[in-house]
Amino acid sequence: MPNIGTSNSETELVQLLTPEGERVEDPAYPLDDDVDIKAMYRDMVLVRRVDAEAIALQRQGELGLWASLLGQEAAQIGSGRALSPRDMAFPSYREHGVAWCRGLDPLRLLELFRGVSNGSWDPEEHKFHLYTIVIGDQTLHATGYAMGIRQDGSDDEAAIVYFGDGATSQGDVSEAFAWSSVFNAPVVFFCQNNQWAISAPQDRQSRVPLYQRASGFGFPGIRVDGNDVLACYAVTKKALAAAKDGQGPTLIEAYTYRMGAHTTTDDPTRYRLASDLETWRLRDPIERVRAYLARTGEADSEFFAAVDAEADELGKVVREGCRKLPDPAPLEIFEHVYADRNAIVSEEREQFASYLESFAGQEVAR
Amino acid sequence: MTTLTLSKALNAGLRRALENDPKVMIMGEDVGKLGGVFRVTDGLQKDFGEHRVVDTPLAESGIIGTAIGLALRGYRPVCEIQFDGFVFPATDQIISQLAKMRYRSRGKISLPVVIRIPFGGGIGAVEHHSESPEAIFAHTAGLRVVACADAADAYSMIQLAIASDDPVIFFEPKRRYWDKGEVDTAASPDAATPLDAARVVLPGTDVTLLTYGPLVRTCVEAAMAAAGDSRPRSIEVVDLRSLSPLDMATINESVKRTGRCVVAHEAPVYSGLGAEIAARVTESCFYHLESPVLRVGGFATPYPPSRLEEHYLPDLDRILDTVDRTFTF
Repeated sequence: MPNIGTSNSETELVQLLTPEGERVEDPAYPLDDDVDIKAMYRDMVLVRRVDAEAIALQRQGELGLWASLLGQEAAQIGSGRALSPRDMAFPSYREHGVAWCRGLDPLRLLELFRGVSNGSWDPEEHKFHLYTIVIGDQTLHATGYAMGIRQDGSDDEAAIVYFGDGATSQGDVSEAFAWSSVFNAPVVFFCQNNQWAISAPQDRQSRVPLYQRASGFGFPGIRVDGNDVLACYAVTKKALAAAKDGQGPTLIEAYTYRMGAHTTTDDPTRYRLASDLETWRLRDPIERVRAYLARTGEADSEFFAAVDAEADELGKVVREGCRKLPDPAPLEIFEHVYADRNAIVSEEREQFASYLESFAGQEVAR
Repeated sequence: MTTLTLSKALNAGLRRALENDPKVMIMGEDVGKLGGVFRVTDGLQKDFGEHRVVDTPLAESGIIGTAIGLALRGYRPVCEIQFDGFVFPATDQIISQLAKMRYRSRGKISLPVVIRIPFGGGIGAVEHHSESPEAIFAHTAGLRVVACADAADAYSMIQLAIASDDPVIFFEPKRRYWDKGEVDTAASPDAATPLDAARVVLPGTDVTLLTYGPLVRTCVEAAMAAAGDSRPRSIEVVDLRSLSPLDMATINESVKRTGRCVVAHEAPVYSGLGAEIAARVTESCFYHLESPVLRVGGFATPYPPSRLEEHYLPDLDRILDTVDRTFTF
């Protein structure tokens, strides 16, 4: 029976791979033999490339905005790969790596930031809910979904919800902690503490380490090295197993760092030091896996070259695909507001259609 | 036919919905063991279990937020917000999430969540227990907003709301909970007036009086008083029932016949539903109108202390005074 407790390691941080790429053991988190570290490396390189392309596309005017995941690849790929196909993930708006693990085409994410949809994927098909932009709202959705899992009597499903350090100040997140606890809901709270809520540092959100919040609500909290893909994988896997086993929620604080701006509209040089960035660059989530794979001989230069080539190809697909994403037809404004015909919406649709038709044959008509 | 209070009629409607669909759940503060502070859910937890009639923690945003999650899982939650003034902590979940999720997902997500809210004044309550926030929700695309006014309608409307695949804000006139009416509990809700239709409750020829919720009874009483006056007027009372969408076909048909229109609600007149109705009636019935559309309702003030509420709430006299004014143009 999985037992979620605090780590046996001397520090508060669960770590299985050091920044230098040294494998360390933690008896509380033994790694399965079949863990595919090379596949994790590949995922992280590919999502970093998608992220870089998206930033460039925003600079070129192809996207209205992009929220970069740079630096958080390990937290997202590690936790995302720990999910079973039936587990339901509730993202915030930066979980491009988790989306990748759920089999979502990156172009579906770009659509949202290009402004041609608000998220057009099928959440049930991918077991990946729509991006949620209002901070923390999705923690309650995940909790309700998990209550439903329990009510259905299912013991091989759990929900996981992603949010940031800033979100922990939101009332909804505290409500989700309270509800999931008293209803013993099978949900994992995965907080990526990237240390910045736009310009507000983590000490503006909390006087105590975030993972310690959980104890006040009556469930375990664990801090994991968020730049260590193996630790994020193992800790998430164990929390999900505990949830399915009827042990209720777990809070995981993935301690990481937002290497980029909050979004493409942000300028972090106004509020943080370049030296901080240098410190965290030495803890890069991808470099440590590459060092580990190279040193142990699990991967050779051919493998790394192949992943880089694949990233180049993916970058090209994303660039070209993004530019081809069509604007929706104007009358789509009126679709899917209600399940059935709504008299007011229908009337406005007809009026606007007539207005558009009045331009027929003129240059300005679109 | 059975004689039931409006509260008991809602209880019977909820019971029937729970019986007919195992995915229907009731959740809210004190809805289980206590049966709700107005006893609308009385006995339901005993008969359907703690998993289907859920006593929640005391957190309105949590009620709606988790109801959204349950709906994503295939459930049909019926949430109770204990009093109108307590819905505001949940407005983010209602407006930003519940109302928009179908639209955001291009129709892939349905959230059949009903939010029951006892609303309006007249019970001598303390602050925050007498409000009429319906315009806020009617202004939010993606929500259906309805108000019941009598026992028979409450019985069918609550079942239709639960059957709707859209989120429904369901307003209950709390000062009418104890009003009795004849209810046919054997009737299918499908045979009842549709959820988005208005209903003429008292036919008339001189002026159309549009209202909903607690003021339906007040307006009917006003119309009967006016009919017996020394200068009798024939007032047609229309219960709007659906506040979003508005049933403009029924409204326009009535106003075109009578040529005069008054809208009465407890909510403040300023930026209230009456403003929307007046604008639409003016546009649709311009050449039939004998006078401007007039409104009567709450003032542009916070709800006053209860010893003053009889002045704030539109009563029979203030409604008839407004009706009289439509004959002075």
